[in-house]
Amino acid sequence: MSRPASTASAPVPGRSRRRSRGWIATAPLLAFVAVVFGAPLVVLLGGTFVRQGRFTGENLAESLQGAYLTALIGSVKLSATVAVLGTVLGVFLAQAVVASRLREAVLTASGVLANFGGVPLAFAWIATLGNSGVVTRVLGLGEHGWSLYNFWGLTLVYLYFSIPLTVLVVTPALDGLRPQWREAALNNGASAWQYWRYVGVPVLAPSLLGAVVLLFGSAFAAYATAAAMVGTTVPLVTLQIANALTGNVLIGHENVALALSLDMIVIAGLVMAVYLPLQRRSARWLR
Amino acid sequence: MTTPVTGATGEAVTEAATGARVELRGLHRRFGGTVALDGLDLSIEPGELLALLGPSGCGKTTALRCVAGFEHPDEGAVLIDGRDITGVPANRRDAGMVFQSYSLFPNLNARDNVAFGLRVRKVAAARRHARAQELLELVGLPSVGERYPHQLSGGQQQRVALARALALEPRVLLLDEPLSALDAKVRSALREEIRRLQLSLGITTIFVTHDQEEALSVADRVAVLRAGRLEQIADPATLYDRPATPFVAEFVGTMNRVPGAASGDRVAVLGRTLPVDGPPAHGPVEVLVRPEAVIVTPSAEGTATVVASSFRGSTARLRVQLADGGELLADVPGHDSVRLAPGVTVTVTLVDRPVLVSEPRRSP
Repeated sequence: MSRPASTASAPVPGRSRRRSRGWIATAPLLAFVAVVFGAPLVVLLGGTFVRQGRFTGENLAESLQGAYLTALIGSVKLSATVAVLGTVLGVFLAQAVVASRLREAVLTASGVLANFGGVPLAFAWIATLGNSGVVTRVLGLGEHGWSLYNFWGLTLVYLYFSIPLTVLVVTPALDGLRPQWREAALNNGASAWQYWRYVGVPVLAPSLLGAVVLLFGSAFAAYATAAAMVGTTVPLVTLQIANALTGNVLIGHENVALALSLDMIVIAGLVMAVYLPLQRRSARWLR
Repeated sequence: MTTPVTGATGEAVTEAATGARVELRGLHRRFGGTVALDGLDLSIEPGELLALLGPSGCGKTTALRCVAGFEHPDEGAVLIDGRDITGVPANRRDAGMVFQSYSLFPNLNARDNVAFGLRVRKVAAARRHARAQELLELVGLPSVGERYPHQLSGGQQQRVALARALALEPRVLLLDEPLSALDAKVRSALREEIRRLQLSLGITTIFVTHDQEEALSVADRVAVLRAGRLEQIADPATLYDRPATPFVAEFVGTMNRVPGAASGDRVAVLGRTLPVDGPPAHGPVEVLVRPEAVIVTPSAEGTATVVASSFRGSTARLRVQLADGGELLADVPGHDSVRLAPGVTVTVTLVDRPVLVSEPRRSP
């Protein structure tokens, strides 16, 4: 005779104590998060609603108008473009090399290139494909209207570190695709396209969505590369924040920078609000 | 040491067979410097269950994959009902396949896995779901349709895989060691289930296994492969009782090697002279003898001694030391195990029937 269900499912006291003690181990991390994320957030929220010593919504309203709004939209467009293109191209590259002899070389290079950004990256591209860049002059690209200092130029430069980042994120997922699944699909009459449509991509979906969000976030927050390359030619929110903080445009509008930062947090939150249900849905078969 | 195996199932192939005739003609396949198939010829009758048996690397899986279209032979042809399908892509062959393990699509539940081929063929959702349910019932899993593969046991997963392989009503079923990842009890039950289904559907089936017990218990015929070539093809009883070569004799079941002296078509062994089964031989040989062909009798004048006894119910397996120091295994009726206990002196001889002989093995 089996034991009553209530007895069998009763919590084990020892295990329960262990679990409660487990929280203690997270205390340093929680303290770190409170200081590094919490404190700036409080300052940011406080500053956003203060102008010349009085409580007001003017900073927030101003951050959603004119050049600031254009910069916000520009950043979202650039980040979304880089996220989608970077994920698609990165997945193709990863799939092409995952089972090849180039695999280790590409993964090592990706590890380096994914972390190669900022001013050195901007300089490398300016020296290569800028107005007086080596390739631009050799190929005479300037005569054909080529310019690196616009939306698509910046997209190209951001892809330089975004594609390797995708390779690093999706390669383990591609490794997890079992050859039997492909063969079983073929055996059931599927074409290669149908295999990817019904099995490959759905299995990879959680990783792909993760890569899209990661790329969106890294492009959205990038500053140094854009600042060195395009200055204010391409409207981006991070450049506007820098300008407002340094009083480059209007003195006394420093707190608009805090409002713009709050706008960025809200946009990042919206992206996560879209991402999480999609991720849950794509990974429902894992639970 | 292997355990004794039962003979053929004795089950006849159903007359309502709908399976196709499968022929492999002179298949050659190399992987770099390794020869996987070396001129393999096989013919499988419609509705027959043929087991491909052999040690690792003998080419049995490669042969199966050539039929499935996942491997392409360097030379030779694969024919189904006389039609050469060697160049036909895998997704256009009339063959369902069950893989060794973990082949269910993890993102689809059991019902959608079974219905996958129908979905690819654009069968309406209602029809394909009904058909999937029918097939799940056929394999004894009527209520797992909504479960994902990781929520199923290994045996259930293989049943679902079997249902999926049958969904498009193929005329050939290919089983690539489908039971190898399962525990003994599930393995035995599923083996019988596969045979029952195969007989009721009349589908031509090729069953790859390295487990001789599995092969002998389910197959109409067993093809033993060695180094990419066919060593012997026969029904299970013949394969066991009349192995064509020493390799088959030792690979299928347990076999003793007893020193003897051959003279043409006769061989002297353990005090008897027996006919040689196979080409004439001369000089010192080793005679291949099954444990059940060894006769052990208690005798005070005997020169052999029982050194171990293992009771197995209806039989007992004895380990007997001969006068020359050599040992052999003998199966005797279970009730004789008491009078043939370890330490008892015995005489040993062989059943009077043709025996296989082999060159003496070199000492290591």
